[in-house]
Amino acid sequence: MTDNAPKPSSSVKLVLLGEAAVGKSSLVLRFVNNDFQENKEPTIGAAFLTQKCNLPTRTIKFEIWDTAGQERFASLAPMYYRNAQAALVVYDLTKPTSLIKAKHWVAELQRQASPGIVIALVGNKLDLTGDVAGSGGDPEDAGAEDSGDARKISTEEAKSYAEEEGLLFFETSAKTGYNVTEVFTAIANAIPETSLKTARGAGAAHAAGRTEEQRVNLNGPRDVNAKDSCAC
Amino acid sequence: MADEIAPEYDVIVLGTGLTECILSGVLSVKGKKVLHIDRNDHYGGEAASVNLETLFKKYGNFASGTEPWKQYGRLNDWNIDLVPKFLMSSGELTNILVSTDVTRYLEFKQVAGSYVQQGAGSKATVAKVPSDAAEALRSPLMGIFEKRRMKSFIEWVGQFDAKDPATHKGLDMATCTMQEVYDKFGLEPGTKDFAGHAMALYQTDTYLAIKGGAPEAIERLRLYGNSVARYGKSPYIYPLYGLGELPQGFARLSAIYGGTYMLNTSVEEVVYGGDKAVGIKATMRGIEPEMKFETRAKLILGDPSYFSSKVRIVGHVLRAICILKHPLASTNDSDSCQIIIPQSQVGRKNDIYIACVSSAHNVCPKGYWIAIVSTIAETSANHHLELAPGIERLGRIEEQFMGPPIPLYEPLEDGTKDQIFISKSYDATSHFETTTDDVRDIYRRLAGEELVVEGLREGIQVAAE
Repeated sequence: MTDNAPKPSSSVKLVLLGEAAVGKSSLVLRFVNNDFQENKEPTIGAAFLTQKCNLPTRTIKFEIWDTAGQERFASLAPMYYRNAQAALVVYDLTKPTSLIKAKHWVAELQRQASPGIVIALVGNKLDLTGDVAGSGGDPEDAGAEDSGDARKISTEEAKSYAEEEGLLFFETSAKTGYNVTEVFTAIANAIPETSLKTARGAGAAHAAGRTEEQRVNLNGPRDVNAKDSCAC
Repeated sequence: MADEIAPEYDVIVLGTGLTECILSGVLSVKGKKVLHIDRNDHYGGEAASVNLETLFKKYGNFASGTEPWKQYGRLNDWNIDLVPKFLMSSGELTNILVSTDVTRYLEFKQVAGSYVQQGAGSKATVAKVPSDAAEALRSPLMGIFEKRRMKSFIEWVGQFDAKDPATHKGLDMATCTMQEVYDKFGLEPGTKDFAGHAMALYQTDTYLAIKGGAPEAIERLRLYGNSVARYGKSPYIYPLYGLGELPQGFARLSAIYGGTYMLNTSVEEVVYGGDKAVGIKATMRGIEPEMKFETRAKLILGDPSYFSSKVRIVGHVLRAICILKHPLASTNDSDSCQIIIPQSQVGRKNDIYIACVSSAHNVCPKGYWIAIVSTIAETSANHHLELAPGIERLGRIEEQFMGPPIPLYEPLEDGTKDQIFISKSYDATSHFETTTDDVRDIYRRLAGEELVVEGLREGIQVAAE
């Protein structure tokens, strides 16, 4: 902490969507922990990760929601989309069906989410392609394993779709870390200042006035000995 | 897709009402493999929150070819509860929400006020329920001498300790009735009415005469007082976007710990092995082609609608959902409130409840209020007359939705014989205390131990948390 006036800090709910095994959780783990796990098990328990993104004029605190597998049988709850200000729609650029699924999720977001939501389309697993950029993060490692180019979806195809729909577009490698931070920084920059609410708890009162005050924090400390000392 | 359904689960849960979702979440956290199914395409079952179009279509009260919901703003702004309830802020559901961290997915606001009616018809007055001794002294509900008696009663309730006879005022708590406690303080009938009905939240007067029933009544009064003390305005809190968020939050908890969710899935058959249920045959709809599957489970739990031959009707609730363009009269223009009309004030056996919420809780567009009037049916016809004293309090009503009496179900058996554990319907009480009682009861029946939610998630390895 410094004595300087702190930059305004805002919480942003970001939801993850995409076909199974495209690397949704790996991208987030790379972003949050700068870590990658080979052959990661399907997600159980990656409930709620947070990571700060420092911009020149403000700090964005991403609250990252995983689907927790509820999308598998089309059973995501409306709660998942509720108030999401950003979405990461991920496909695997070595797997054509995953882009079809990604388009389905974009349509679903446009139908269910708040109108101003920032959506980033992300083609993951760039390390499995012959692109220099993809293996650039860690040339020794990537070079040894990737003898060929497994890319099945061209950059142009996905990019032109993203432009049509007004999405941010990136190709990434969660494995090498290539472009991962850039995705989140771009999302943070794209979120309109007007839609940012101040972080819960930190001077939130001025934003929405009276109504904000009545919001209650159930996790806050209970009144001292609430059980014993009745208000009566 | 069908190959993603396991051949066997520990538990199959049918219905995504709050009771089922809490149990599903708790069981998943405890490491059970759960398959959770609902025949509807949305979460919440009987206790869902719906938009105005869905509500009109459910009640069918519009001319065909018209779309009356279109005059009420954006459809997505409406989240109308089918079952009206509030959370007691120091109640058991709050405790479960905090212990399971489901609070992360939800935001709550206080309900602005808790009110009670005295008298009936044109002479009726509505006043805030006094929550502490100071409010009792200011309350218009009592005369000057009665206020002092009430003050000393409230102070005594605050100090009461069931285990310490010195706090019992010479009464034998093992045998004494609440009537005797009130008499000890010389409270008048009107005061007993609002203490018993608007604070202890009894729906009838039967509690007065139960021998040894005083400690429970006093405990309920303390819960009310502690709940008010927690945030200040009323004992109640309410989730933004409606009560339907609660089952969704617990469903997410269950999914995070590995629970599998399938909406839009109807159960054709419960498969038995001897006396015990051992699995289900079901079909997931809404996809092409439909997906038929069969899977096994050690036990099945669900809401009464999935087991019509294994439940009985124990009563009927009457309910009218009303859309207003103004706050309720005499509630200080509250954005939300509860009004209780104690039965004796309007010549009934059961209380009438009014629950009111508004855009402050993101359940409707700005400028609207949703008021739900409910009571237990006492007659077999003209049910609108039973609700009339409550409807009268609402003033001008834009839209009113009232269907036939809603049956309340209870399981015939406790489930230990056939391994089918059935929840109770959501009753007419204004809070979730009976729902969490049912959750605990079902858990005890199926697990053979008490449910302890405190520290439930501690020490459990969760990937990437």
